[in-house]
Amino acid sequence: MIPSVPRVWREIRYRYRLIGCKCTDCGAVYFPPRPLCIKCGSRKMKELKLSEDGVLINYTIIHYASREFKYQTPFIVGVVKLREGVKVLAQIVDVDLSEIKEGIEVEAVFRKLREQGEQGIIEYGLKFRPKIKPK
Amino acid sequence: MGRVVVLGVGLTKVGEHWNKSIRDLFVEAALRAVEDAGIELSDIEAVIVGNMSSGYLQGQEHLGALMSTWLGLRGVATAKVESACASGGVAFHQAFLAVASGIYDCVLVGGVEKMTDAVTEDVISALIMADDQEYVASTGITFAGLNALVYREYMRKYGVKQEEIAYFAVHDHKYARDNPYAQYPFEVSLEQVLASPLVADPIRLLESSPISDGAAAVVLCSLEKAKSIKSEGLVEVVGSAVATDILSPHEREDLTTLYATHVAAERAYKMAKVEPKDINVVEVHDAYTVLGPIHLEDLGFVKKGDGAKFVVEGNIEKDGKLPTNTFGGLKARGHPVGATGIYQIVEVVWQLRGEAGKNQVSDAEIGLAQSVGGVGSSVAVNIFRRLR
Ligand SMILES: [Zn+2]
Repeated sequence: MIPSVPRVWREIRYRYRLIGCKCTDCGAVYFPPRPLCIKCGSRKMKELKLSEDGVLINYTIIHYASREFKYQTPFIVGVVKLREGVKVLAQIVDVDLSEIKEGIEVEAVFRKLREQGEQGIIEYGLKFRPKIKPK
Repeated sequence: MGRVVVLGVGLTKVGEHWNKSIRDLFVEAALRAVEDAGIELSDIEAVIVGNMSSGYLQGQEHLGALMSTWLGLRGVATAKVESACASGGVAFHQAFLAVASGIYDCVLVGGVEKMTDAVTEDVISALIMADDQEYVASTGITFAGLNALVYREYMRKYGVKQEEIAYFAVHDHKYARDNPYAQYPFEVSLEQVLASPLVADPIRLLESSPISDGAAAVVLCSLEKAKSIKSEGLVEVVGSAVATDILSPHEREDLTTLYATHVAAERAYKMAKVEPKDINVVEVHDAYTVLGPIHLEDLGFVKKGDGAKFVVEGNIEKDGKLPTNTFGGLKARGHPVGATGIYQIVEVVWQLRGEAGKNQVSDAEIGLAQSVGGVGSSVAVNIFRRLR
């Protein structure tokens, strides 16, 4: 893939802050935000800051990855269902591979996602980790 | 709508073609299809090329003009069709429309992919481009990883064991053995499949389609023109449909049913005026073992959740109820991505013509080929009937 600063930059608002959108007609919630509702066709979409915690509902452990991610293998990518019901795909970190299981509560954490090409443009974003319970 | 006939087919062996370029492969398959059709190159009015990743892997786009140049077809109408791994099946649908519309009498449609020009980690990058770059590929998930999510959900929802699912690879290899065009013409045991390394948990290496080079081509003609050229071995395209689903599988409500297959199949069955029970031979897009049972279910051949059992019990053998992937499927024939959909069609046509050699299904009259792009995001279903 050709490295690109603007391609990363224009998504920052949504990626860093987990901003999605909600359909004001049917209530469906999406991440990332989009101009119209897949469920009802409405164009009345309102930005919505999503909760930064949820439940891990599915995952895989990647053992062979692309050039940009091979140094991270093996790593976990999972589907997190946020409190609003919307599903987000993200890496699950700070957990032992043997301890990963569906149903655990997770929270968002700001991390480096990848470096693009030889220029080393760094893409940041959110990953999730098992929720640290307050003592 | 005019009636459309497959007049000729041609392909290259699937494999690692170190000494052949993407155009060498395409031209080889195309010339064989033209020869098989019994026409002259100059009879071709349009060339459609199915391909996914030539831009990324070869730094080469504009395959329509490139291939028609190398075929000496100056002036011909042409286009490249890209729909990820469904590029072949979708290109075929476009060629079908071109002839059915009555605008063209004779169209060459081929698929080509040349994957071994790149190292594995770059092929992994190319394949994940089938999904969203900004919010899916940026997580580091691979295409195998997306299918692993489907695999886990399928096992959990239907209580199916990995041994039952992984058997699909054993099946494919058994039929690749007698396919001279297959990348891996040898058998593997279930134990070997289950002992192979994990690619994306729970998917193992021998449950995954390989990295392949290959090209396949088909000459499509109007029925009238076809009849003026030959009277034997004609196969009609009786149903052809393409459907889509929400691109990223994690956004869907259910990972175990690939909705686009339902929609495309329903449209194709309706056009062909047939039902699943009328189909004699099938090619499904088993890029990973778990997709085999899922596709058989979603195409309407077996109840949801019973697909793996259906396979293990022998129903998809060449003398079974529903002979499936009788040339090795994606796993063992190989999966030169944009060409795969056309390989499947050539294999179905061979079965209907009675040219399938040792893998011949007795008296097959109606066949179906399913081509899938992304995790069920684009699906082409094409149905064929032997003409007497
Ligand atoms: Zn809505």
